[in-house]
Amino acid sequence: METIKLTIDNRQVEVPKGTTILQAAHQAGINIPSLCYMNLPYLAQEHKPGSCRVCVVEIPGRKNLVPACATECTDEMKVLSHSLRAINARRTVVELLLSDHPKDCLICPSSGNCELQKLSITMGIREINSVENAAMSTYRKDASPALNRNMDKCVMCRSCETVCNEIQTVGALSAVNRGFMSVVAPAFEQELTDSPCTFCGQCVAVCPTGALTAVDNTFHVIRALADPNKYVVVQTAPAVRAALGEEFGYPPGNSVTGKMVAALRSIGFDQVYDTDFAADLTIMEEGTELLDRLSRFLDGDKNVRLPILTSCCPAWVNFFETNYPDMLDVPSTARSPQQMFGAIAKTYMAEKLGIKREDMVVVSVMPCLAKKYECQRDEFKVDGNPDVDYAITTRELAHLIKIGNIDFNTLKEEDFDRPMGESTGAGLIFGVTGGVIEAATRTAYELFTGKKLEKVDFHELRGMEGIRTASVNFDGTYIHIGIAHTLGNARKLLDGIRKGMYNFHAIEIMACPGGCIGGGGQPLHRGNSIVLKARMDAIYKEDFNKPIRKSHENPEIIKLYEEFLGKPLSEKSHKLLHTHYFSHPKK
Amino acid sequence: MYKMQLLVCSGTGCRASASATIVEKLNESLKAHQLTEEAQVVTTGCFGFCEKGPIVKVIPDNTFYTQVKPEDAEEIVTEHILKGRKVSRLLYEDPENKEHIIDSKHMGFYQKQMRIALRNCGVIDPENIDEYIVRDGYSALAQVVTDLTPEQAIDMVKQSGLRGRGGAGFPTGLKWEITSKFSSDQKYVVCNADEGDPGAFMDRSILEGDPNSIIEAMAICGYCIGATKGLVYIRAEYPLAIKRLEIAIGQAREYGLLGNNIFGSKFSFDMELRYGAGAFVCGEETALIASMEGKRGEPRVKPPFPAESGYMHKPTNVNNVETFANVPVIFLKGPEWYSAIGTEKSKGTKVFALAGKINNVGLIEVPMGITLREIIYEIGGGIKNGKNFKAVQTGGPSGGCLTEAHLDTPIDFDSLVAAGSMMGSGGMIVMDEDDCMVSIAKFYLEFIVEESCGKCTPCRIGNKRMLEILEKITQGKGSMEDLDHLRNLAYVIKDTSLCGLGQSSPNPVLSTLENFYDEYVAHVKDKRCFAKQCKAMAKYTINPDVCTGCTICARNCPVDAITGEKREPHFIHQEICTHCGVCYQKCKFNAINVE
Amino acid sequence: MTKIKSLDDLRQKKQQLEQGMDIREKSDHPENLVQIKVAMATCGIASGARTVMNTLVEKMKKEKIAAVVTQTGCMGYCYAEPTVEVTKPGMDPVVFSYVDVKKAEEIVDKYILNNELLDGILPKNYQTI
Repeated sequence: METIKLTIDNRQVEVPKGTTILQAAHQAGINIPSLCYMNLPYLAQEHKPGSCRVCVVEIPGRKNLVPACATECTDEMKVLSHSLRAINARRTVVELLLSDHPKDCLICPSSGNCELQKLSITMGIREINSVENAAMSTYRKDASPALNRNMDKCVMCRSCETVCNEIQTVGALSAVNRGFMSVVAPAFEQELTDSPCTFCGQCVAVCPTGALTAVDNTFHVIRALADPNKYVVVQTAPAVRAALGEEFGYPPGNSVTGKMVAALRSIGFDQVYDTDFAADLTIMEEGTELLDRLSRFLDGDKNVRLPILTSCCPAWVNFFETNYPDMLDVPSTARSPQQMFGAIAKTYMAEKLGIKREDMVVVSVMPCLAKKYECQRDEFKVDGNPDVDYAITTRELAHLIKIGNIDFNTLKEEDFDRPMGESTGAGLIFGVTGGVIEAATRTAYELFTGKKLEKVDFHELRGMEGIRTASVNFDGTYIHIGIAHTLGNARKLLDGIRKGMYNFHAIEIMACPGGCIGGGGQPLHRGNSIVLKARMDAIYKEDFNKPIRKSHENPEIIKLYEEFLGKPLSEKSHKLLHTHYFSHPKK
Repeated sequence: MYKMQLLVCSGTGCRASASATIVEKLNESLKAHQLTEEAQVVTTGCFGFCEKGPIVKVIPDNTFYTQVKPEDAEEIVTEHILKGRKVSRLLYEDPENKEHIIDSKHMGFYQKQMRIALRNCGVIDPENIDEYIVRDGYSALAQVVTDLTPEQAIDMVKQSGLRGRGGAGFPTGLKWEITSKFSSDQKYVVCNADEGDPGAFMDRSILEGDPNSIIEAMAICGYCIGATKGLVYIRAEYPLAIKRLEIAIGQAREYGLLGNNIFGSKFSFDMELRYGAGAFVCGEETALIASMEGKRGEPRVKPPFPAESGYMHKPTNVNNVETFANVPVIFLKGPEWYSAIGTEKSKGTKVFALAGKINNVGLIEVPMGITLREIIYEIGGGIKNGKNFKAVQTGGPSGGCLTEAHLDTPIDFDSLVAAGSMMGSGGMIVMDEDDCMVSIAKFYLEFIVEESCGKCTPCRIGNKRMLEILEKITQGKGSMEDLDHLRNLAYVIKDTSLCGLGQSSPNPVLSTLENFYDEYVAHVKDKRCFAKQCKAMAKYTINPDVCTGCTICARNCPVDAITGEKREPHFIHQEICTHCGVCYQKCKFNAINVE
Repeated sequence: MTKIKSLDDLRQKKQQLEQGMDIREKSDHPENLVQIKVAMATCGIASGARTVMNTLVEKMKKEKIAAVVTQTGCMGYCYAEPTVEVTKPGMDPVVFSYVDVKKAEEIVDKYILNNELLDGILPKNYQTI
């Protein structure tokens, strides 16, 4: 590979051709501050609009300063990252950003987690040279069931725009207006709820400031817990345990399941359950549906539509309802684990515990913002009472633990309550891309072939590539599987299917990068792929160590069918565990 | 029928030196000699030779008398009209060989303005391709596609020294060469007709007056760079230019001058129009391309340059209208002919839209290297109402203000930049002593703030902040510290903005800070505006000696700051006065003083 | 329209045009017509050039003067729009400034018919290639 030698701040650096100054500096141990730059290598997406101008450096001889993020190194280049000219310019640029930014840091949802705040701190900015009563660009606040937009705090880094359009291909956000009033917004500055937004929350995950934030349900939960007439049960999604530790100083990749359970119990939840249980249930329903469609297809039934698409991911459901209204009969009708959990909790469990439906509050802890939207959809309510009352994110749970004055790090590990806390490794891997289909394969294989599966780990289904395909040998019958994560990759797969390019039997789709571990409700990944990989490894490790790793072997699931549901796809299952989809193409 | 006519210049300059009296005297003299049936005296607009005025020209023999005095009238009539003998002492003397020049057509003065880009404007009917062909239209294209290789043709453009007329002055031949080197299944030639500088309209005039020259040049460019498709990005508010361009494209297609196998060669080329919504920033080539692709019109980081990845990610060559208008001439007259015009590094001519406090507002085309003095005082006929020249702003909203000190600098791309301004697309706005330079800087900044795309921080927020500081200063609330902030902001915006618009946006501020710093200081320290333009700082008083007590000022004052008895001198209460200036406008007796 | 397929075609076309309807290039032939050009760029039209042009066409018809009235582009005299250039056979072109309907009629009556110039004519102050 052709290499280039250059000097940055008197340090010699040798880098491959095509390297930017920012990357080369990083390699040399020089951290040039940046704001709008975002690199998502596993998604092949480098966002470098060169618009914030925070990373400007001086190259003696050039007329102007150059943005380090968007300037390639050339041979013998001399770069000054901290000359007076560069420092003054960078400082002035940050001052300008601050001059048009609300100064309510103390009560900002992103306080302590804000890139602009960090820049101000590192640069030691103490005053902003601006005229008195300088104009501020202010915009209408926009609230949705899942995320809030306060564009007064937008720094026009456009990361959300790239994520929404390039990675997710949702097209809800783009720059509107001009000049000082430029802002990222849905077309015509309409509200998010009127836009094609899927509430995937990836814009929140990459927003460097408090412009895009999640809806906060923490106090609803605290009030419910304090209500003596309410029986509050909680479920925690698989990806939550793999990231919650990061909020308490653990390095990424440390699963904190036991501590999390202890904390939830300490907070005062009456029952601490696991969404993994519902994931196992999902496999029973969805897996049976797959086998049913598959057997009919293999028998030559022309009315069967394949591939079957997973339906666990609510952002994905929103996406196909908006973009593929002609394909509503393709996805599995199985509800997501969150909703299956709620439906079972408020029927089977409530009955068992002797509690009236309306007195039970189901809280879910999710890595996801779209779950907040999902749980308030009308089809998941009975007489106005939702199956899941409040969805909170991993970050909200961390707040809840802190508000509960709990020293997380010294907590002793505890186990989930039974029965709805019993789960398998299959339920756990729902949290990563490829996990749902792997879990389904583990069960479908045994049900289809009638043989015991010896090799439980399907490495061919794992990984970070955006679109993956594999053929799994079901004792002579090859099952073709497609996997996509991010909605942009989902669109590629779907468009291919529309054109008849693929012959998949089953497809798994997750809206977020890496699956739920990269969800918009997690500790903000800001595009850091190392963090995502570590969370993924933690999940697979925990699965590996689970005594039971196939959903249909979950004893509590077996009992649930015996005592209550009958069998998968039974009438009761259909009523409680399945759903239907609505076409709502957006303007 | 008159046998002779005496044309007397009645431009401002000549009128100031008694041309009206000359007309009178000539008429008297003609009458005295009973020549009123033979000869007619006619006043004319400015000859643009004010330096040697008053001018009297006699036709049909084109005799050109300079520095004529009223007392010369008699001699002109008796000698020239009556006896047919020219008054040689009044003839123009060539400054070099001291010979008298009789016929005005041979005077060097007429080379002050040289029309190359505008060669057909005002000459041919733009809606008739035949008239273009009669004036050698399309023969450059014919020559290029039948006799030259693309390399040879590019070489000729390089030799001519033509530089982009859109503003930055990048060598056109080099640009073509770079684009020609990238291989691709499709390349594009784009004509930038998104003329956005306020007051500049040379591109519109060319498209409206000579659309075929652009078509021909774009086809030549297409041949050189290997493109078969041309696109004209034109603002939708130029309907006439659009119409004439469409007519011209249609006629060129009918003649086979656009389409397949042009002039029987293997070269095919066709073109279409793309409409812009009139955003200033879309004149920047990457923003223009984004706009043509249907995206938000905002610039992107370069490289890659459009030559490598432009419209639809294909190699694209973008030139401005005026640049293209020059191209056919290079082939018709030869690159040597072309490069003989202009200065060492800026060849050819430049079209300027001359405006502001100048007598002959107009569209002019002058060779590079002409001085501002020649443009303002000779072609432009000097400053309106005999006021004093103060500054000239070149380069559009992101150009700079030049002063008296720059009047004799030969202007070209590089000298204008060196002087703190730029060529831009060729706007030239003249200011006189009544213009407040702080307000002028503020005016341009208002435009920039309005037109910033908002992509990069320095331009989006920085220009807004500069404007706020200028507003503060013009309201008399500025401090010396503000001037430091202003200067720092200007330098940082220039140094860090993403595109050319942002990088040049502080020019009006920087150049006025540089050249008119005392005016800024006067605004800040003494709360005074020399030009009395900043109303907030004006102090209005009533001269009791002149005031008649008509009460009109008191009745019109919106804040009741004026009191006084009828027929008694009135008084303005300074603590109430809001400096709106209504009293000043209403007073019929000039009794209101402004300080 | 016949296609122009080669350089020779173009030259022939040019010659044909020059001989046939050449009214612009050789105005010194007395048998030629009076040529009137009205500057009709957007700015000219905005200041009333279209009305002026119509007036001139009507007037010439009425006076039965053999003339060609055409539109053309910007002459550059922005301060004096609308502008009209009149070329009488064998004479240099004369540019009239601030032409309104009244002045258009005067141009015909005084200059075209009687060779009498009007105040405010514009001297040509540039060279063209």
